[in-house]
Amino acid sequence: MTSLTLVRRIRARPAIVFDAVTTAEGIAHWWGPDAGPVLLSESDPRVGGRYRLRFRMLDGTEHESSGEFLEVVRPERVVMSWRWKGGLEDPGESRVEIRLRAIPEGTELIFTHAQLHDEETRRSHEEGWTCSLDKLEAQTATGT
Amino acid sequence: MVNHHERLDRTFAALVDPTRRAILERLERKDSASISELAEPFAIKLPAVMKHLDVLDDAGLVTRSKSGRTVTVRLRPQPMREALAWLRRYERFWSGRLDMLAAYAESKEAEARRKGKKGR
Repeated sequence: MTSLTLVRRIRARPAIVFDAVTTAEGIAHWWGPDAGPVLLSESDPRVGGRYRLRFRMLDGTEHESSGEFLEVVRPERVVMSWRWKGGLEDPGESRVEIRLRAIPEGTELIFTHAQLHDEETRRSHEEGWTCSLDKLEAQTATGT
Repeated sequence: MVNHHERLDRTFAALVDPTRRAILERLERKDSASISELAEPFAIKLPAVMKHLDVLDDAGLVTRSKSGRTVTVRLRPQPMREALAWLRRYERFWSGRLDMLAAYAESKEAEARRKGKKGR
């Protein structure tokens, strides 16, 4: 499974980091990949609750992601599903997990974003199609 | 999807070896290479390179085609590129987000401590 893991050490206690990660007010302060505004930040951080985030980038494009909270253990761990609206670049659902651990200077945050199996299944289907089309093309080219 | 997962296992097993990763990196930069070109930077003999190429070929990461006496090796980009593109895109994205998150949480922590002192 393709997955990305990042670690940060933060000089703040786990409960503060956890609320910054999960509450709508917290998310609005750090979301969006550049200095463009966060347009929408909704979050219902309990199991089965949903979140929705929209930001505008400096180039004027707007992007929205949303998903569901799958596990919420304050202040230790939160797991959510993740999907881009429209999702042309990255269709399908993935999984985001954030684990927090108290350390002397504050909190160690371990972030993991993983592609899901059904996403890989879709990709492998696509590959299958590409292969078939390549074969068809090869057959046409050789005139058989 | 047993086949698919077996294939992924093979892909990751192939990627564990640093020499094989270096071969893939070279192929990523060049369009194609002969086996002797690939062997050049490594302190290993041709047969060892051939063995590495067998593993990469089994994992579907390279293709080999023979023309006369020369075997041309090409990266089979589909499985690798998709995985790498996904990783690179999200690494950049999340790295920036987490820096912002850390800065915000640290400011909240400082604020909570100021309030705590006042309350005492």
